Amino acid sequence: MTTWNNAQSLRDSRKRAGAPYAQGKCVARKDTTALLEAVIRPGDRVCLEGDNQKQADLLATALAAVNKDKVHDLHMVQSGVVLPEHLDLFELGIAKRLDYAYSGPQSQRIAKLLFGGKIELGAVHTYLELFARYYVDLTPQVALIAAVSADREGNLYTGPNTEDTPAIVEATAFKDGIVIAQVNEIVDKLPRVDIPGDWVDFVIESGKPFYVEPLFTRDPGAITETQILTAMLAIKGIYAPYGVQRLNHGIGFNTAAIELLLPTYGERLGLKGKIASRWALNPHPTLIPAIESGWVQQIHSFGSEVGMDDYIRARPDVFFTGPDGSLRSNRAFSQVAGLYACDMFIGSTLQIDLQGNSSTVTADRVAGFGGAPNMGSDARGRRHPSQPWLQAGKEADPDSPAALRRGRKLVVQIGETFGDKNAPLFVENLDALKLAEKLDLDLAPVMVYGDDVTHIVTEEGIANLLLCRNNDEREHAIRGVAGYTEVGRGRDKKLVQQLRERGVIRRPEDLGIDPLDADRRLLAARSIKDLVRWSGDLYAPPSKFRNW
Amino acid sequence: METLNYRNKAQQRAKGSKRQVIVGVVASGNLEVLAERVLPDTDCEVDIRTAAEGFGEVWQAVVADFVERRSPGGLKFSINDGGARPDTVALRLAQAVSAIEGERT
Repeated sequence: MTTWNNAQSLRDSRKRAGAPYAQGKCVARKDTTALLEAVIRPGDRVCLEGDNQKQADLLATALAAVNKDKVHDLHMVQSGVVLPEHLDLFELGIAKRLDYAYSGPQSQRIAKLLFGGKIELGAVHTYLELFARYYVDLTPQVALIAAVSADREGNLYTGPNTEDTPAIVEATAFKDGIVIAQVNEIVDKLPRVDIPGDWVDFVIESGKPFYVEPLFTRDPGAITETQILTAMLAIKGIYAPYGVQRLNHGIGFNTAAIELLLPTYGERLGLKGKIASRWALNPHPTLIPAIESGWVQQIHSFGSEVGMDDYIRARPDVFFTGPDGSLRSNRAFSQVAGLYACDMFIGSTLQIDLQGNSSTVTADRVAGFGGAPNMGSDARGRRHPSQPWLQAGKEADPDSPAALRRGRKLVVQIGETFGDKNAPLFVENLDALKLAEKLDLDLAPVMVYGDDVTHIVTEEGIANLLLCRNNDEREHAIRGVAGYTEVGRGRDKKLVQQLRERGVIRRPEDLGIDPLDADRRLLAARSIKDLVRWSGDLYAPPSKFRNW
Repeated sequence: METLNYRNKAQQRAKGSKRQVIVGVVASGNLEVLAERVLPDTDCEVDIRTAAEGFGEVWQAVVADFVERRSPGGLKFSINDGGARPDTVALRLAQAVSAIEGERT
């Protein structure tokens, strides 16, 4: 006779095994590791919450301390490999297999462990596809999550950094998994309920805030004149002619410069109200001057940003906030917003090849993807029209009948032709290829595929790849903005000149921009302190950014 | 430390009458340019002291483009480079010409 509730029975036995450590749902901090040893079984799929921002750090430490005779061969399915403990799990033999999305600070060590065979890698995902797989073939048996506070029923308040929590908990709780939350404190009454208590099995009071990385804070003091020039080119050469209202920005300094030029240069060009009003974006401090100047209608965020909470609370017309007044972020929904409801993604990268493929991995670092590939890709399922989308589609395919023509998302890569330590942005072959070969991966980790890229902006100008009609044109459009890199010096000058005459390549002078005007005085804020001033002292930057 | 020197012919004399200007600063990733009006009208010389070695080809290309675009005849440029990237080099050279021609201060 078939039994249809094996998973329910297993869940019940896990809960019973954890019960001796709990009073109701509350478990004392000192019993955390014992609880994990009781609940987690060898070979389990475990989601240890953490992404490029928030971290379930107490639970990470506790999991790394389990007895590996009891808990081993875990399959970690998690957004971020960020804390040292995330990799300690593999070195200690507690975990064996890994499916993840992002690994900024641990990118070098993860590469070493992959080479050394300590990690069996499933795949490097984007956030959205990892979340998707939580519902199909990577459903966690145990989720270890982080929230700001809980009540005694296990209701959770995640605060402004809700981020991945709803996506993880929904997949786990409704497929007979166990949800364990660390919270800063247990309280009688929550400010609001972000996760209902009956989806949560155990709660641990950590006594201190979970870790959040201020990943989206860019100090205006570090923005260079060349970055300002690229920002001017993007605003005048892309935002303005396409009339881009709905967009997402990457985290680089070039896009920070764009944010800081909106109230100055953008205003001077008469673009206020015509561009950049609706965003899928984390609360970037560098967007404060544009918000304060009335440029921004609405922002939905993946997560919060350290120091921005009071400012957000004071600007509810712009941000998504709860009845308690604080930000409600949601990574899964914001990624969907960036994928389907934005007309442009613009971001920096480390390497671009001659086909326009871009990657942030180098030969000894596996940085992962995060969200950029979703934002930076054309959504083939999109069906609603908008002016920029239709115009881009027309440029790519002028001959098809308009009513049957797909639009295109504007996917823009922006950067200086040489990066840190004079490393060239443009290369013949991506380091990602070498890495894939070394690790025997089926796919090279490409951040944005060349066939999704529509424009490349450097200090030398803008290449509009939508207007290229064959691979040769495309390659030379890229070489034509690659400056003095080897790729750039390898150009056929005549072909590049022809592309320029057709408007495929546009130089600063073609757009009426004098590079000598790219001056730091154009920035609406030139320091973190300026940002604080713009915010009316509501922005409270983390101490490492306070240099006054 | 590497020293590089490039002499190019310029189309025409740099405008204005200022004798010399300095732009930029010697700092990591930046550079200082001293421009002096000391050469015959069709000559241009760029003298470089740089901490980053092995970028001769790039310097040569940057300087050649610069002379062609800005036509800085009669000027000698002395560069103290702190490992600036080519975009910064091109920008500082353009700023130096602009300053000695008196367009801006």
